[in-house]
Amino acid sequence: MNTQDTTYLDQLEAEAIYILREVAGQFEKPALLFSGGKDSITLVRLAEKAFRPGKFPFPLVHIDTGHNFPETISYRDEMMARIGEKLMVGYVQDSIDQGKVIEQTGKNASRNALQTVTLLDTIAENKFDACIGGARRDEEKARAKERIFSVRDEFGQWEPKRQRPELWNIYNGKIHKGENVRVFPISNWTELDVWNYIRRENIDLPSIYFAHEREVISRNGQLMAAAECLNMDHEDHVVRRNVRFRTVGDMTCTAAVESDADQIDDIIEEIRFSKISERGARMDDKVSEAAMEDRKKGGYF
Amino acid sequence: MIKCLKPQWKTARRGDIFNMDLLKFFTAGSVDDGKSTLIGRLLYDTESILADQLEALQQSNRKNDDGTIDLAILTDGLKAEREQGITIDVAYKYFQTAKRKFIIADTPGHIQYTRNMVTGASNSDLAIILVDARNGVVEQTIRHSFLVSLLELKHVVVCINKMDMVGYSEDVFNSIRQAYSGIADKLRLKEVTYIPVSALKGDNIVNKSERISWYHGKSLLNHLESTEVNEAVMSHQARMPVQWVIRPQTEELHDYRGYAGRILSGSFHLNDKITVLPSGIRSEISKIESNFTEQEDAKSGMSVILHLKDNIDIGRGDLLVNSSHEPLVSQEIEADLCWMDTRPLDTSIMYLIQHNSKVTKCKIREILHSVNINTLEKIESDSFQLNDIGRIVIKTAEPLAFDLYQENKLNGGAILIDPRTNLTVGALMFRANAGY
Repeated sequence: MNTQDTTYLDQLEAEAIYILREVAGQFEKPALLFSGGKDSITLVRLAEKAFRPGKFPFPLVHIDTGHNFPETISYRDEMMARIGEKLMVGYVQDSIDQGKVIEQTGKNASRNALQTVTLLDTIAENKFDACIGGARRDEEKARAKERIFSVRDEFGQWEPKRQRPELWNIYNGKIHKGENVRVFPISNWTELDVWNYIRRENIDLPSIYFAHEREVISRNGQLMAAAECLNMDHEDHVVRRNVRFRTVGDMTCTAAVESDADQIDDIIEEIRFSKISERGARMDDKVSEAAMEDRKKGGYF
Repeated sequence: MIKCLKPQWKTARRGDIFNMDLLKFFTAGSVDDGKSTLIGRLLYDTESILADQLEALQQSNRKNDDGTIDLAILTDGLKAEREQGITIDVAYKYFQTAKRKFIIADTPGHIQYTRNMVTGASNSDLAIILVDARNGVVEQTIRHSFLVSLLELKHVVVCINKMDMVGYSEDVFNSIRQAYSGIADKLRLKEVTYIPVSALKGDNIVNKSERISWYHGKSLLNHLESTEVNEAVMSHQARMPVQWVIRPQTEELHDYRGYAGRILSGSFHLNDKITVLPSGIRSEISKIESNFTEQEDAKSGMSVILHLKDNIDIGRGDLLVNSSHEPLVSQEIEADLCWMDTRPLDTSIMYLIQHNSKVTKCKIREILHSVNINTLEKIESDSFQLNDIGRIVIKTAEPLAFDLYQENKLNGGAILIDPRTNLTVGALMFRANAGY
């Protein structure tokens, strides 16, 4: 029996469920892009609330760079076993082997940019007409202007100037053949909202979100998990630190923060008082002020 | 180690955060009125700007004349905008205080972006209208106010900005206030609050200004925190568009058939008599589910699953309503239209209309008039160009179950889609039933 006044978390949740059901109702072949990060894990919980006791009307799709944290992959597999839904994996390694992309070399090599090609190929091969993602508008200023239903042309490109107006709660999902729509049900959530929701719902997360001792190296002023894929050399001094990760991309582009927060309440406290915004720990945004906008135009998540 | 500074809202006790509500507002005004500066100031003074964003801000070349950071940069998200120094789209910004969470729709103020403003306003509870104290009420103030009345926003805050440029004069404030109240009366704006501010200097934005001692009202932020938006309206108008039918068809859930949707308005209770529209078939609610559990009732805003006593053919596009207060059902509707496409309205072709989960074909049967949104005069018109607003009559291929926009926004608004381009080309606000 619901007697409480609706709080903002209930409002955000109800809106996200509404958006997920609009995807189910408006598209022939949607997919949910699952990264193993807390935002896409939140999406899975919201999808359960939207469609249970039925099945999800879409598979989960994971673009695997091959440089994932092992903790992320084991979390993913356990979660899939629990929810009993379909998982499809697109491998960046396949795109490399097929010669569609060329692996970067050198110390700061990352597969982050390559995964766009794998993603677009996976969308095209499976004829997905809508891809649900966990992006939020508070993450970055280009995202602040992206619609909840964001149309991509057949090259996967986002055209900021041709965005459709979104009025009231009406989302126009009409597209031409070859186009697809990226859908962002948690657009209006902040990082703190996601964490508060995870706490309220008691959602399990990959262990790397919590403080743990780990071998790290310091690069460009950021702490990176020591791993083979970082192309480490004699200049990289491996040290053990108590760290956690605020976002989960792959190992080459996700920096750790030093932290003792090993409980969700401590993490929430830390974020509330933190003056470093979340994407500050992502090397891929540091390239230029317009880095995210340019990648989004190219078809990035 | 992550450094702990002191955001203002740190005073929120743990646990309170779950009880806060949400206020969505939008700002109308142009670059010249200091709109982006005002939003930047709200974010800056509530310490909602994070260190790396601040660093990016300081590295950019835009500074005010006195060398302080140009806060407007915080809201100008896209490259083209940074280059041209104008806001061309709707940007959403988020901040919170100890009392409330806020979503700002930052919309451009120039006439060529009227459609963006209509979009921002459609998703807001409250409007902030900026007036430059040096210029007073100008043409665009009237235009912005007209849009606010068209979209039926109940709460309006007129921020008379740049008070520092007029020596914080009470006389200037009073004369602008008087001029605006004439417009507010004409447009039937119900709740209007006037605040003298300087976004540039920070007067009366977050903190009450000592330089404006003659003003005894609240600062802008304080007003935003205390405005009551959970209006107890339309409690009887229970409406839920069906988005999706849940039918697991497994052995143990063989007969399970749940209608999933979000309640637009009013509330539904177990055993309520309901009507399925447009078919008009009646039944009763046998079960309400949300959050994986059964509920006795469900209210406006909740995403739920409803079950009915009778086995009826119901699908996406149908509307479930309480039988005691049914909406209008018609194929001919008089509506206000805001045209949003560069390609003008063509009365000879068929458009698609999307009204909640229902999509059907439609034609523009008649253009009654358009409005000069700077002077509010009605003018005769035979077409609509980008940003034109006026009154039309549409005819739909299938009947729509709707309420009048002024009585129930979410069941009274719809969009037009051009089937040639699939673009959203018009916003419709239903005003009367034109079919008999």
